[in-house]
Amino acid sequence: MDSLIGESKPALRDGVPEITPAVELRRVSLSFEEKPVLDDVSFRLGAGETLVLLGVTGSGKSVLLKLILGLLKPDSGQVLVDGQDLTPLAETELFPLRRKMGIVFQEGALFDSLSVYENVAYRLREEGEKDEEQIEHRVREVLRFVELEHTLDKMPAELSGGMRRRVSIARAIVSDPSIMLYDSPTAGLDPVTAHTINVLIAKLRDVQGVSTLVVTHRLADAFVLANFMYSPEKMALVPAAADGATGRSFTTRFLVLRDGLVHFWGSKEEITSNPDPYLRKFLA
Amino acid sequence: MNGLSLDNFVKRKVLAVQEFTEYLTNSIRHLFTPPRYLIDTLIQMDVIGFGSLPIVLLTALSIGGVLALQTHRTLSTFGETALLGQVVALSMVREIGPLLTALMVAGRISSGIASEIGSMLVSEQIDAMRALGTDPLRKLVSPRLYATVATLPLLTVLSDFFGMMGGALVSMSTAHLSSAEYWNSALQALHSEDIIQGLTKPFFFAVAIALVGCYFGLHTKGGTEGVGRATTQAVVGACVLILLLDFFYTKFLMAIGFF
Ligand SMILES: Nc1ncnc2c1ncn2[C@@H]1O[C@H](COP(=O)(O)OP(=O)(O)O)[C@@H](O)[C@H]1O
Ligand SMILES: [Mg+2]
Repeated sequence: MDSLIGESKPALRDGVPEITPAVELRRVSLSFEEKPVLDDVSFRLGAGETLVLLGVTGSGKSVLLKLILGLLKPDSGQVLVDGQDLTPLAETELFPLRRKMGIVFQEGALFDSLSVYENVAYRLREEGEKDEEQIEHRVREVLRFVELEHTLDKMPAELSGGMRRRVSIARAIVSDPSIMLYDSPTAGLDPVTAHTINVLIAKLRDVQGVSTLVVTHRLADAFVLANFMYSPEKMALVPAAADGATGRSFTTRFLVLRDGLVHFWGSKEEITSNPDPYLRKFLA
Repeated sequence: MNGLSLDNFVKRKVLAVQEFTEYLTNSIRHLFTPPRYLIDTLIQMDVIGFGSLPIVLLTALSIGGVLALQTHRTLSTFGETALLGQVVALSMVREIGPLLTALMVAGRISSGIASEIGSMLVSEQIDAMRALGTDPLRKLVSPRLYATVATLPLLTVLSDFFGMMGGALVSMSTAHLSSAEYWNSALQALHSEDIIQGLTKPFFFAVAIALVGCYFGLHTKGGTEGVGRATTQAVVGACVLILLLDFFYTKFLMAIGFF
């Protein structure tokens, strides 16, 4: 099977000098008990860019995110975060690299024995922050960012699905990661709630310049992230071009996984104009 | 083909034992290096120690009573009912107290640990923990191990005592012994080797209870269904291991001429 990898090299366009990608996979393969899950996967996520990862259930999207965090190790190939290869590192050596990354797992993966406050404060405490005032200040700040400051004392079980995802976002951003990974953040949510999640993802990306990798089955979400950007003045999403920006699609790339292989990697224009039948079916 | 899968099976089992040994030594090593999760350990001591108290004491009381009832029948045919205290005390302290306490706690705790850790695993909470900079072995396994090791011997002491109490109640009501006759016979029978034997066993049993529970929890496969399977495997695994340890430890003590 030919993989459809976009022609353009993202970082070299328009004479922009090449900078270290936030995340790069080089020829990564991984099998579970002889069953190949990822086969020779390579791609890059440039700093401040967005990568939308598409693929049917079981195509290895979650596994790919776990590889980036070093939660799983590839059988072969390299995983680079900010230019550093994490494949040879031991678990404790990975902790400083993981500090740069925040992840929102598929169902939120909140600690159900801890309150919302403690969930969000978790990383601060792990990093040895003792000053309770500092912790509370930061926890309130990030919960305000996801508009959930009033749920401070609730337990995860008392929250709706959308609220759990938002708390999970708050927990991930508490120590200011420069890379965010979202595993199907809108799956199972109604369109209105899904939109609030998309707005949050765009806000982090556009206001704080966070490099963003989003796994999704909902193509609508992918195009929202590609076509809109967050405007702090309007406190809402605006079409990317109208903001005077050079166009968001420029920095939004699409990666389609199929049976563990990279089936497509390229820009929005490349994916929408591609005649490949599998992609057409996917985009339909 | 058959030979190959048997080969694979053996290889997998050997790997599992190797992994378990590594995980045993790591959990113990973590006691000596930071970070230690003191609060988590205290919470687990409350759950494991205090939480098991009612069931452990009730079992001990009733077993002590039954033991007295059963031996009373035999002893009374020889007219030796005065020995009741001795029989109950020796059986409780040497064998029944430690073993029964461990088995009851295994039923409660190995299963509880396996299902708690298993659900955390399938809901990706353990991945989240690692992503947030925590070693789950330190955060989840070590506190449970230390808490079980700290509380099981105490539970065993209480269980021994309640067993003897159960024996006393029956001896006084059925065999018409006086309280003094019973306790004199009971306490005089106990020698230091009985007590040492009975109080060293719980340490081994505690390690089995906690580590087997954590092991099956951390190896949960396949969603919520897998959690149920892990829970059952943990209880069975812990109980079998406790019985084996009991047998071999007793053999070992006899071999070195301890009693
Ligand atoms: N820890 C694991 N052990 C064995 N197989 C796994 C494990 N994690 C994922 N897999 C398998 O890898 C494949 C891809 O899984 P995943 O990345 O979760 O898919 P998705 O694209 O739906 O997120 C699936 O077939 C899954 O069964
Ligand atoms: Mg998935």
